Amino acid sequence: MDREMQICSIIQKVAKMPIEIENDESLFESGLFDSFMLVDLIARLEEEFAIKIPDSDLIPQKFDTVSKINQYLSSRLAR
Amino acid sequence: MTFLRAFGSYLPARAVKNAELAPRLGVTAEWIEKASGIQERRFADESESVVDLAAYAAKDCLARGQFAVSELGMIIAASGSAERQFPGPGVQLACRLGLQSTPVIDLCLPSTGALYGIELASRLSSAYGNILVVAAECMSRIVMREPLDRNIAILFGDGAGACLVSPAGGAAEICDSILCTNGAYSEDLKLDFSRPMDMNGSTVILHAARKLPQVIKDLLGRNSLKPADAAVYLLHQANQNLLDRIAGALQIPSEKVFSNIRCCGNTSSASMLIAAAEWHATGGLLPEIPAVMAAFGAGFHWGALLIKGS
Repeated sequence: MDREMQICSIIQKVAKMPIEIENDESLFESGLFDSFMLVDLIARLEEEFAIKIPDSDLIPQKFDTVSKINQYLSSRLAR
Repeated sequence: MTFLRAFGSYLPARAVKNAELAPRLGVTAEWIEKASGIQERRFADESESVVDLAAYAAKDCLARGQFAVSELGMIIAASGSAERQFPGPGVQLACRLGLQSTPVIDLCLPSTGALYGIELASRLSSAYGNILVVAAECMSRIVMREPLDRNIAILFGDGAGACLVSPAGGAAEICDSILCTNGAYSEDLKLDFSRPMDMNGSTVILHAARKLPQVIKDLLGRNSLKPADAAVYLLHQANQNLLDRIAGALQIPSEKVFSNIRCCGNTSSASMLIAAAEWHATGGLLPEIPAVMAAFGAGFHWGALLIKGS
């Protein structure tokens, strides 16, 4: 599974429903996510990618779309 | 050693149910409850001030503790919604209680004011004796001003809480505390002069959901305790969804996190003490049993306090 598909799968688990989402579609503006689901998403990303997202990176805009999440994970996993 | 000797609270009489608020905000009552866990909140009467609310809670606390005003050595008053820039509501509260030279410290700390107040009181009580900590808020005057922001207006209510910090014994001993501040997020939750309250909700929630469990774990850990060891968690009543996530992060049952937000809404700095007063009236702590108080709010300020039954 490529990473974007993996991220989509995590988003569906957090939303607890099957979701069709474009890679550049905003999770918040589309109404799919609220602020509390973002908390759950961050926790899932940390768990599934075995990373610790530091407080300084807890910026909602970094996790607003599948592409941005992928971009963030790429920067973290490349270290 | 310093102790929490008594708690008190005051809620205005007028209950505002979601069904009353929802049409003004263009949402449904059900949406408000799903987003916050709140069913109703109290709004102060137009004639009631922050000082009025503080005085009611202070008198309730003194009565419950069977304590004379003359025995107070200091008052610490917290509010983020005081009607004046200065002097703060604490000085009028002291006057209302009949005190003419007792020192007062006013803390402009919404949400975390009670926590910071108790921590300061625990440090100062060896010098000043019995200290009354009061937190009072008329948040409705702020959040119901046009233009309305539904994500803010659904949350807040009015009320006041109080506790007596004493070096001479009480219901619970104050054992340890951690206070933190990071001004890098000062723009994410603010109330500027003559402007509507501004809240970047997602950022606030993300950080609160991370920082509160962490500071609680740090506090318990350095006292050789685990989250499961605390009998109850008395937290700032910000949002039920946040309280549930904090319980999840601490891996404790949600029932251990005391909640009265369904009926009171978020009363900012007053909420933790209103919750504590309600909880304490049901029995309080058994000897040697630990409990945690914690809060997070604008600043960002956050922290936690460890107490144990005495």
